[in-house]
Amino acid sequence: MSLSARVVVQRGSLTLDVGIEVADGEVLAVLGPNGAGKSTLLRVLAGLLLPDRGSVVREGAMVWDDDGTHVPAHRRALGMVFQDHLLFPHLSVTENVAFGLRTRGVRKPDARAAAEAWLTRVGLDGLGGRRPGQLSGGQAQRAALARALVGDPRVLLLDEPLSALDARTRLTVRAELRRHLAEFAGSTVLVTHDPVDAMALADRVVVVEDGGVVQAGTPAEVNRHPRTDYVARLVGLSLLPGTGAGLAVRLESGGTVAVAEETSGPVFAAVRPESVALYLARPEGSPRNVWPVTLVGATPHGATVRCELAGEVPLVADVTATAFAELGLVPGASVWATVKASEVAVYTR
Amino acid sequence: MTRAREGTGIPAPLLIPAALGIAFLVLPVVGLLVRTPWSDLGTQLTAPGVGDALRLSLVSATLATLLSLLMGVPLAWVLARSRVRGRAVLRALVTVPLVLPPVVGGVALFLVLGRQGILGRWLFEQFDVTIPFTTTAVVLAETFVAMPFLVISVEGALRAADARFEDAAATLGADRWTTFRRVTLPLVAPGIAAGAVLCWARALGEFGATITFAGNFPGTTQTMPLAVYLALQQDPEAAIALSLVLLVVSLATLLLLRDRWLGRTTAPAA
Repeated sequence: MSLSARVVVQRGSLTLDVGIEVADGEVLAVLGPNGAGKSTLLRVLAGLLLPDRGSVVREGAMVWDDDGTHVPAHRRALGMVFQDHLLFPHLSVTENVAFGLRTRGVRKPDARAAAEAWLTRVGLDGLGGRRPGQLSGGQAQRAALARALVGDPRVLLLDEPLSALDARTRLTVRAELRRHLAEFAGSTVLVTHDPVDAMALADRVVVVEDGGVVQAGTPAEVNRHPRTDYVARLVGLSLLPGTGAGLAVRLESGGTVAVAEETSGPVFAAVRPESVALYLARPEGSPRNVWPVTLVGATPHGATVRCELAGEVPLVADVTATAFAELGLVPGASVWATVKASEVAVYTR
Repeated sequence: MTRAREGTGIPAPLLIPAALGIAFLVLPVVGLLVRTPWSDLGTQLTAPGVGDALRLSLVSATLATLLSLLMGVPLAWVLARSRVRGRAVLRALVTVPLVLPPVVGGVALFLVLGRQGILGRWLFEQFDVTIPFTTTAVVLAETFVAMPFLVISVEGALRAADARFEDAAATLGADRWTTFRRVTLPLVAPGIAAGAVLCWARALGEFGATITFAGNFPGTTQTMPLAVYLALQQDPEAAIALSLVLLVVSLATLLLLRDRWLGRTTAPAA
């Protein structure tokens, strides 16, 4: 494990008690509502906040422990991206990106060259001379990512990196971030309250609620088997990777999803579980998306039952407990699933 | 009444005292300008001693400001950023010279740095250094009185600046000293400049502590305010001319400050 931590912090009425492990090249998403202690966890990992108890181990070396070991933030060789980018307003974009190299003793021309190269990598070539205030939100967040990665850190910490962006920009920056994370060799911890970020970017998800971990697993596992009502409400989005072809998305798993918006190229079709309706017989009438599926699992939560459905179009559906009983659903049952095209969201991948 | 409400929107019970207040602040300055012996101004200002007093004032106020910057900016950082215990007490101590009558400050300085003072005796015996009634004493008296203005101003700027920029610097490998030099200082530079101007203006006008601790010796400790006071007793025309010089310097400071304060609202970008 390249990064493993057990962190206990008392903050007012909230006790954060979380353990995480992240391998090299792995992206761990810490998902949870605002105020759950996610950012506190990240600040402890960064060395910006001292935990009350616990330990933080990096590459087999202790960087914080109860016995008094404390490696301060500036000697932890990490990269961090903040929600509102925090580019230094008095420096140019290039100087911002070169900052970490300069503090670590790289000569000015070399640091500038490395910064320019990274700016090109994140699609900001030619903007290095600007001040951060002259960048759009998306550009600033790209520059912040370049600033975090230019020093070749072993650990990348992302604190809500997309939530300050408008919806349209978020889609493109998320897709780029996904690409950069795939190339990044170190461990990544992504803190977010947006399940789509977690699903789209992470290899594993840890759901934090009221200071504790309520669930951990791959995005698909967490999606299909939510352990608490909160997780069920929070996640549950089926993200179906495919290729946009006009008003249809051809899925990698073989099926086709009709959508309301024309797209092209690699996309995700996203379906919310409450948008899926189940029938024992193929329904007549208007819905354009009708797929035969098999029920492979069912988890009751509250008044609804979350159904895991396998087939060419793997889905997660929420049906009321009454409907579930009336349909006589048991694992292995074959049913028809329908979704209105207008209920399918499409994201660029 | 109706006209006031429609015209300026100021109710009469506020308008009249406010107008009186303006008159009270502006009339003395107008009086000064009216009584200025414009025809003799050249002679008055070139009279022996005037140049010396002006030079001494400018030099000592500038030195006092530099000294205040050297000590005051780090002190402001400690007050705004560190987690030392008893910070509230420390801040109260720093602001004491703000409320202390300057004469009392002068007496206090004398008790510490005078030849019989705690530090002064040691300085005299060990190094044969005497501070009271020297230009050094002028600078120290001005620093004592003016530095709190700088500290308060810079501390406010530090508190207003987003400390998370310093977190970002730490994650980029900058230790606290590098962070202070390369991030914090540039971020609060407008606040430091405003504080320095305030501090300089206060030092320039210093009277009580200076005359108590440094005396009134033309050429070495007689600054402009002391020269004005002395002139008023012997030659009121000269006092007016000297006051005019201080007024011009003050107005220039005010203009400089206004630009700084306007610049400050645009400097820290989100």
